[in-house]
Amino acid sequence: MAQVERKGAVSEELLREFYREMLLIRRFEEKVEERFRAGELPGFLHVAIGQEAVAVGVCRALQDDDVIASTHRAHGHTLAKGTHPNELMAELYGKVEGCSKGYGGSMHLYDVERGNLGANAVVGGGLPGIVGAALAFKFRDEPRVAVAFFGDGATNIGTFHEALNLAQLWLVPAVFVCENNGWAESTPAHQQLPIDDLSKRAEAYGMKARRVGGQDVEEVFAAASEALEHARGGDGPVLLVCDTFRLTGHYVGDPQVYRPRDELARLRETEDPIEKLSARLDLTDEDVQEIEAEVVEIVEGSVEFAKAGTDPQPEDALKNVYA
Amino acid sequence: MPELSYREAVRDALSQAMRQDDDVFILGEDIAEMGGSMGVTQGMLDEFGPERVRNTPISEMAIVGAGIGAAMQGMRPVVEVMYEDFTTLAMEQIVNQAAKHRYMSGGQLKVPLTIRTQGGAGWSPGAQHAQQLEAWFVHVPGLKVVFASTPSDVRGLLWSSIYDDNPVMFFEHRTLYGIKEDVPEELEPIPLGQARIHREGEDVTVVATGRLVHEAIAAAGEAEAEGVSVEVVDPRTLLPLDEATIVDSVKKTNRCVVAHEAVTRMGFGAEVAAIVQHQAFDYLDAPIERVGSRFVPIPFAPVMEEWVVPHSNDVLAAIRQTVGRSESSNGAGHVE
Repeated sequence: MAQVERKGAVSEELLREFYREMLLIRRFEEKVEERFRAGELPGFLHVAIGQEAVAVGVCRALQDDDVIASTHRAHGHTLAKGTHPNELMAELYGKVEGCSKGYGGSMHLYDVERGNLGANAVVGGGLPGIVGAALAFKFRDEPRVAVAFFGDGATNIGTFHEALNLAQLWLVPAVFVCENNGWAESTPAHQQLPIDDLSKRAEAYGMKARRVGGQDVEEVFAAASEALEHARGGDGPVLLVCDTFRLTGHYVGDPQVYRPRDELARLRETEDPIEKLSARLDLTDEDVQEIEAEVVEIVEGSVEFAKAGTDPQPEDALKNVYA
Repeated sequence: MPELSYREAVRDALSQAMRQDDDVFILGEDIAEMGGSMGVTQGMLDEFGPERVRNTPISEMAIVGAGIGAAMQGMRPVVEVMYEDFTTLAMEQIVNQAAKHRYMSGGQLKVPLTIRTQGGAGWSPGAQHAQQLEAWFVHVPGLKVVFASTPSDVRGLLWSSIYDDNPVMFFEHRTLYGIKEDVPEELEPIPLGQARIHREGEDVTVVATGRLVHEAIAAAGEAEAEGVSVEVVDPRTLLPLDEATIVDSVKKTNRCVVAHEAVTRMGFGAEVAAIVQHQAFDYLDAPIERVGSRFVPIPFAPVMEEWVVPHSNDVLAAIRQTVGRSESSNGAGHVE
């Protein structure tokens, strides 16, 4: 795991790695949309197009034994935490080779070995568990941090407030990462949030908070690194609000009747985190083509891997209910 | 053999587990200095300190969720939810999270969490502090459900629950904390899924849980005076259920009564009745009788509360019904 000097400039080399990872997530998500429309993917899918900088910026700041809990929009977090695209795609196809062995699906992605304690399809559902994981680290005096991802919509539900209150009260090593994309499914911020600055919600609990531009991976990485150091050092949890943009519908196939038609096109021009990073990097056309070819090959390979995977037996449904 | 109260037996199991194992800790509302609203954890703060006897805010979702998170890291937390009425506040964490992490992860995770809670009528707390909700949790794959009725059972079952690798809903009954029983010198774990036959009999099997175990034993004594021999079976663990002991008993007696304090409608007894009729249909000489509370919230006024919840006379009425000695059919309201 790269350890870079924080607050200073992130090295060009590391930024290129971020670029590659963000592009991998983007191409993966686009492939998911394509395969869903082709009728190959069962279930309910939410892609993170537009939010790649948050996933990569936070997860690249983690140490390997830190843990995360994710949301229904989990593909980006899962890839950024180290799950191989093959295992992720296989899960979306419901295969035994999937990261949840076909028991979870897109909204319940787990990879415990790599510190992914699960994507959660109940908004806010994962936050209290992250407090508990962090409490265990504190009990055992392990220098680890537990990180919860969630959206702005989740800051309205009780688990958010109860979890932040308890985390600060017990000063556990947790970081709460709010992906503030301005939408709770189809409901815009002004219909669900009485305040603009969600970092203020931490003030009520005496918790340290930061609000950063979530389309700037360098900014997210720097802020996440600082938050993690604060938590790991025993100084208590941090709320990190990343203002971001969902450059897609709530779910794959969402007609987005609630959203002005031109908004998405405009935001894709101005708020694409990959374009923003690209503009900062000295990438030649050859570089871009090379990285593009590499990630496309990985994504295509993941589809092949998934399709060649093993279907569970129906009666496998009886396994894994109890330990 | 030492005599322990039900309350002391719970405390003893918790304390012994915490003495031998740093991964066991308890958390809940008012459990530290106050020793819990039922006095169960009294003195434990002094022995184990505030980190392991962890007072919490009034925050059931977060308390249970914190237990889940610590359990997923391999600890064995025991959460106390002060009243089972308040499990409703933590239902999302119990049902969607604790019960499903293992399954949704394809077996990657374990959640060795015990959630202790208590409830029950008999002291006029009114409708929000007296419910018996254990049946709700039996409906959720991934949970185990225990309902202990005596000191020795509560001690041995709590130990097994703490050391079970699955989330366990552990029900205690408010009115049982003071009852006493001789318990083994050494704590003997009682495996989950093993019923206890409190009293052997030949004519009627009464399958009872919680407080109704004691009401059933009393009713059996009265029935004996009438010449009816009653076997009293306490499943102790509702999920998994020791079906064999129940079914074998009914095959011997040919009659069955199920009894609990919870309302009969969709109650645990309905499940027992379904199992018995399916597995022992040809052995049954009478319809299975169900004893439970009347289908109303628990009322406040003592005369109403007393009338709503079942007692030994209701169990006795059901026993008489199964042997054809009832004067009127089903008039009591407790019996269905």
